[in-house]
Amino acid sequence: MTIWMAVIGAGIGCYLLKVAGLSMPPSVLEHPVVERVADLIPVALLAALVAVQVFATGSSLAVDARLAGLATALVLLLLRAPFLVVVFGAALVAALIRLWT
Amino acid sequence: MVRDSLGVGLATGLYGASFGAVAVGSGLSVAQTCVLSLVMFTGASQFALVGVLAGGGTPLASAMAALLLGSRNTLYGLRIGPLLGWRGSRRLAVAQLVIDESTAMSLTRPDRSLARVGFLTTGLSIFVLWNLFTLVGAVAGEALGDPESYGLDAAVGAAFLGLLWPRLTDPVNRGVALAAAALALALVPVTSPGIPVLAAGGVALLVGSRSRHVDPTELPEARR
Repeated sequence: MTIWMAVIGAGIGCYLLKVAGLSMPPSVLEHPVVERVADLIPVALLAALVAVQVFATGSSLAVDARLAGLATALVLLLLRAPFLVVVFGAALVAALIRLWT
Repeated sequence: MVRDSLGVGLATGLYGASFGAVAVGSGLSVAQTCVLSLVMFTGASQFALVGVLAGGGTPLASAMAALLLGSRNTLYGLRIGPLLGWRGSRRLAVAQLVIDESTAMSLTRPDRSLARVGFLTTGLSIFVLWNLFTLVGAVAGEALGDPESYGLDAAVGAAFLGLLWPRLTDPVNRGVALAAAALALALVPVTSPGIPVLAAGGVALLVGSRSRHVDPTELPEARR
């Protein structure tokens, strides 16, 4: 599978997931297990993505400027900064640390 | 209400610039980045796809992660479908606009016509601006060159934390988030890139199917 296939395939798949939601009867939500799992999937995936993005380099784990970027993001989120400020604030701190070390 | 929706549209659209810059920094071309925003059009899935690729994951693993995250839009559609009441070809046309923000801006409306106005103004303004700023961010990111010296790799982790943040108010969610992060890190040295993130989805499956606690669907709040 190439990057283009992933982009187009997953893109169309995500659109079909939206269509499915609008088209299915709402009674699907009456299954509590379906609802709980569907609710928890984004939590688990996003948390894993945070961890892997910050600590993994290929198949090894490392602590570097990315962790300082994440800490910056955490502080900015606690200060209720807008999303764009959180993202670029983290990038700025990581870039400065790399510049000085 | 239209002004509220346009405000949400502007704030969200602008952060398309961060997606554009991050995607190009992760190795996608400007064209691939823009096609993602047009066809996929759901922020968390788009960041997941480029994040997994940037970490060395296969295109297949990146597509799986994007689809798993895209499944929450199915949940939103189930909630707002009866409220909006569109059928046939019109339903197929508006489906692309089912995302966190448009769901948030239509659910709280008292009747169908106001819900439709909230949904369409939010969804359409985000669609236009998100795609426009994706292009701006991608072109700027390509002009900047080496993504690491600008900290763009750190920006991806921050973006995921920002997307996760509103969901962490619930204690069960916090537990699931910690367990998923720990499992993913434990798997990094022993599996190929991309797999740890997909495996972490298993935590959601396990906790969701085991717990007896009644958890109301978490609906997204409009981003500031």
